[in-house]
Amino acid sequence: MIDILDAIERWRSDGQRVALATVVGVEKSAPRDPGAAMAVNERGEVAGSVSGGCVEAAVYEEAQDAIAGGRPRLVTYGISDEQASEQGLTCGGTIYVFVERLDW
Amino acid sequence: MTIFERFSASLHGDEPVALVTRLDDDLPGAKLLVDRHGRLGDLGSPRLNATVEAEARALLTFGQTALRTFGENGEPIPLGREARVFIQSFAPKPDMYIFGAIDFSRTMARIGKYLGYRVTVVDARPVFATARRIPDADKVVVAWPDEFLRNARVDARTTIIVLTHDQKFDIPLLLVALGTDAGYIGAMGSRRTHAARVEELRAAGIGDPDLARISAPIGLDIGARTPEETALSIASEIVALRSGRGGGRLRDSASPVHPQTSHATR
Repeated sequence: MIDILDAIERWRSDGQRVALATVVGVEKSAPRDPGAAMAVNERGEVAGSVSGGCVEAAVYEEAQDAIAGGRPRLVTYGISDEQASEQGLTCGGTIYVFVERLDW
Repeated sequence: MTIFERFSASLHGDEPVALVTRLDDDLPGAKLLVDRHGRLGDLGSPRLNATVEAEARALLTFGQTALRTFGENGEPIPLGREARVFIQSFAPKPDMYIFGAIDFSRTMARIGKYLGYRVTVVDARPVFATARRIPDADKVVVAWPDEFLRNARVDARTTIIVLTHDQKFDIPLLLVALGTDAGYIGAMGSRRTHAARVEELRAAGIGDPDLARISAPIGLDIGARTPEETALSIASEIVALRSGRGGGRLRDSASPVHPQTSHATR
């Protein structure tokens, strides 16, 4: 979160709406620990990450939806070895990501 | 000031802050911020806010982040509807300064590290103050204890442990320690040793309220003998003091097992 604070502040001072996605839990091996966060603004710019690249695209979609007024939500990404290899990624485990519009 | 603004100001100011987010479907995204000034935000009920604040303060002491589940009104064990919260701490590790590089310092450094402290061991004697003798310390420093402490970073979460056991070091060191707002100041030595110390400190102008800040003889009364047991006894006293508990047996007490209010960020 600290790593993306500057970007968030810049976007907010530009009047951009911002969505925040935070890893709130992980099972087994996950590339990033709870607290890792990614922010997206309404122009589609991204700061930070929630995994080693496995789920960022999916989280990006959720974030866009949150910016558009969608309800804050908890999203689970169970990354089976099979899926991971299909995507050509090395992630394993399951991660829980909370996605919300940063309107607080 | 919004929650985000206060949160961001804390991070920029390097001040400890915890950010709590409610995750369950009842109030997803509800926020509570906890910092040294108090709390801001609302998770849905006053009791839930109070319970979560206490939990957040305890986690904040060591910069820990956790998922917790409470009853919708803040009951520690939910029976009906649940409130799931994500508590994220932003805090530098608290410091533990151990003065004197003796056998007890080795075990104290180890348990201090285990509890989440950044451990520094200080001794004026280069022969004893070596990383090889105290492998678990983050830093081993050769310096005069009082001089070191005068220039060290100390806040309310800091723990100062005086194991020098030598009046010539102890007294100047304790005088500096009492001038800080360290949350714990402990000094090793027998009752007789400490009585002699108290006499010298009084002569130096220290009054009763300050003398009462010194934990001496150091540790909880668990019959500790070995360096390992002694470290356990001191560590337990540190935790008990921080949470405002006496340190007795839970089976002999009628109060709740987990502190309802926390003094964690002292």
